[in-house]
Amino acid sequence: MITLDDVTLTFPDGDARVTAVDHVSLTARPGIVTGITGPSGSGKSSLLAVAATLIRPDSGHVWIGDVDAATLSRRQATALRREHIGIVFQQSNLLPALTAREQLHVMAELGGRRDQRDAIRRRADELLDAVGLSQHAGKRPAQLSGGQRQRVAIARALVHRPSVLLVDEPTSALDQERGAAIMQLIHDLSREQETATLLVTHDLVHRPALDELVTMVDGRAELSPV
Amino acid sequence: MTANGHDARLEEASRRVRGPERTIVFVAWRDLRHARGRFLLIGAVVALITLLVGFLAGLAGGLAAQNVSAVLDLAGDRLVLQSPDEGRPSFSESALTPETVTAWQQADGVSDATAIGIVQGRAAEASSGGSATTGVALFGIPHDAPASAVTELAPRHDDELGLSAGAAKELGVAVGDRVSIAGSTYRVSAVGSDLWYSHTPVVALTPPAWAAADRRFGGTGDATVLAVSGSPDWDAVAADTGTVANVPLASLTALETFTSEIGSLGLMIALLFGVSALVVGAFFTVWTMQRSADIAVLKALGATNGALVRDALGQALVVLVVGIGVGMAAVIGLGTLAGGSLPFLLSPLTTAVPAVAMALLGLAGAAVALRTVTSADPLTALGSNR
Repeated sequence: MITLDDVTLTFPDGDARVTAVDHVSLTARPGIVTGITGPSGSGKSSLLAVAATLIRPDSGHVWIGDVDAATLSRRQATALRREHIGIVFQQSNLLPALTAREQLHVMAELGGRRDQRDAIRRRADELLDAVGLSQHAGKRPAQLSGGQRQRVAIARALVHRPSVLLVDEPTSALDQERGAAIMQLIHDLSREQETATLLVTHDLVHRPALDELVTMVDGRAELSPV
Repeated sequence: MTANGHDARLEEASRRVRGPERTIVFVAWRDLRHARGRFLLIGAVVALITLLVGFLAGLAGGLAAQNVSAVLDLAGDRLVLQSPDEGRPSFSESALTPETVTAWQQADGVSDATAIGIVQGRAAEASSGGSATTGVALFGIPHDAPASAVTELAPRHDDELGLSAGAAKELGVAVGDRVSIAGSTYRVSAVGSDLWYSHTPVVALTPPAWAAADRRFGGTGDATVLAVSGSPDWDAVAADTGTVANVPLASLTALETFTSEIGSLGLMIALLFGVSALVVGAFFTVWTMQRSADIAVLKALGATNGALVRDALGQALVVLVVGIGVGMAAVIGLGTLAGGSLPFLLSPLTTAVPAVAMALLGLAGAAVALRTVTSADPLTALGSNR
């Protein structure tokens, strides 16, 4: 579970500061996909960056399990991401030199989890099968379609059994049909893996794949009907 | 079997062969495989620089051996030369009077002080009538001096001489043949190991025969160097006698040709070391900047700086080891071939030492790129257009 409690984030803007996230509180529960939507510049990606421990908020708390990520050092935040957070980026952000299987294996080589190498290698094959890519495990990103690359990225985000899955605009580079398939895959895997999923999207055509929806306007969040 | 099934099997087999140690450079190893053209190019550059460094080192070693091997062979804790009124001590200018020699021999703590004369001249096989002369270094040394390869050449009689292997080869003579030097004829009593002084092969005479030859060359007949063993107060005795006493290696600076040759070759080698570090550093800096987006993604996924630095340095080490290995293999191969016609020395000093230095300097160059690794911001992975 991930809980953002009264989180505020500002950025410098000349002599003043602009508020990107304004006292936002929300909770994503295991097995539930919580969508975050809103117009450009509303603070969706900034909120996701805070949840991903990539930015420390000016105030508020980010509870991942019983750890307040807002208080962690950079090194501790890195370890938290490695152990408990899965991230799917807007673009697939796969490493060009690695095959689809190796994109998942690399999660055991980031430092600090060598003992889990065999488990991750075994799980990589299961997840590639789950996202329908077991036949493409030996291919590099350049040999895969956009949808296939995003499926590999989803499998990579889940291979270390994170409790929190953060997804940033996963369909922005896909056509509507492939986008819908990716959204459904995220929904199914979140439920199956019991990950608390926060998913940023501006495309409400995928609303059926969301369990909850938060709309952001000018840095403030409001719960919306799904 | 499908192509993908084949790929998977190949991958699994490859993983088994590589073993777990390769995963220390997990991404780097796959980068090497993926961008093999680029890494082959930088590896070839490293190999060529290694070839140049190795060849220069071998040549410098060979020239040094032709310059100083006889001096380094002299048996003594220190070599004593005359201290000139102006300038630095010099083997060719040094002249030690009998009083100076006696003072050193009688100094407290001295266990042995052997007076040796060194002068360069020309020698010829006697029957040639002096028509085919060759440059030689005449060493006047007693046959009962402390054991050394030079002492082994020393004859017992004034009408005899001992030849180093190089001298015998160049004169075309063997034991029992006769050699003429500055108007005197000597019988060859021994042919020994390959000893050189200032690029001329060594010929040993008795001290009286050497003194006579030196006078015929225009010298004083005085010994030029003392090989001293023991533990006297070196500085005090040297000051009292107007001499300098240095360990054999340090005394080589008194050989003008040695310092100028090794100085120039050493400068070239040092410049090549610098070029190597710069080239490797520039390559890995550009390469790391090109993959800075990948590094940001890995950091966003939870990679530690330590894991990324290990990966980057491991990649550089693989390139350096392969490049240097190929280059050094070429040096050894070509050096072996050239050894007969060039003064080329193949030894750990001219192969292993430059290779290790190249690797360390290359790693130092690659380390410059690490700043790009450690400063990459994982936040850029979010929303980046890749």
